[in-house]
Amino acid sequence: MRHLGIVAKWLFIFLLVGLNSTGDMLTAKAMRRVGDFAELRRKSGIFGVARAVLTEPWFYLGLITMALSFFALLAALSLIDLSVVIPASASLTFLSNLLGAKFFLKEHVSRRRWISGLLVLGGIMLLRT
Amino acid sequence: MCSDSWAHSRALYSVDMQKYEQSTTTNQHIHSMSFARYFLLALIVLGSTFGDVYLAKGMKLIGAISLNRWRELLFAPFNPYVAFGILLLMMFYISYLASLSWADLSYIMPATTFGYVLTALLAHFMLGEHIPLTRWIGILMSTAGVGFFTGGISLTVTPTPDGPTPNLEAQL
Repeated sequence: MRHLGIVAKWLFIFLLVGLNSTGDMLTAKAMRRVGDFAELRRKSGIFGVARAVLTEPWFYLGLITMALSFFALLAALSLIDLSVVIPASASLTFLSNLLGAKFFLKEHVSRRRWISGLLVLGGIMLLRT
Repeated sequence: MCSDSWAHSRALYSVDMQKYEQSTTTNQHIHSMSFARYFLLALIVLGSTFGDVYLAKGMKLIGAISLNRWRELLFAPFNPYVAFGILLLMMFYISYLASLSWADLSYIMPATTFGYVLTALLAHFMLGEHIPLTRWIGILMSTAGVGFFTGGISLTVTPTPDGPTPNLEAQL
């Protein structure tokens, strides 16, 4: 395994986190625009749901970004230790998604969600010890 | 007297209009969960966790792929473990898309990360791996976090010129 310097390593991790979060947020935005699948299926059947998803441009942006983040993860795993990449990217993605949900998706991130998010985050970090 | 009554009615009307305007211009938050939707959240956790496990198992059987063996990657999906892993990950992705159509991303996130807890438990009970005390505390913390969020509101409804997004009638 070729090892990177500390700055390059963290730049790579931040790139991975950025792609992960962007993919999640674009997909969430796409699904918000598509609307409730159950209601769509009642109105226009399962093909109506598939058509609604496949004609939504934000869905493709999300899919492309998620694919890029997958390849970035593969590259990261070949350059940085697994024990560093997974906990660092999972916890930072969690935090950036919470911020993105609040400011980009305009979701109501209540105190309850912050507390539960931080509990899950703390738990994940302890799991990796 | 008559003008007092008129002023009073007008004040009440003004308050009602303010409330109406607030209700149509600010976000609303609803709890849109049902048994089927909790089941879908469980599919997200199970699909991502078992999908990764089977994918990793299949790739270990195939062996390390170097640059001069890259063509073998194209045949990896024909390995039964890899194929089953891909099937489970597709189930995860479809459940994830469906969940995002009726719940907030910040509501779904703890469910997607709960897979770490499941992986640790699987490693203990299926593979007999030793779990130190700190990890058990981590498992308890994550479980408490997921339990805490499931009781909260699940969807933010945003008013737009074309009506609320997503459609509020469909959720209530």
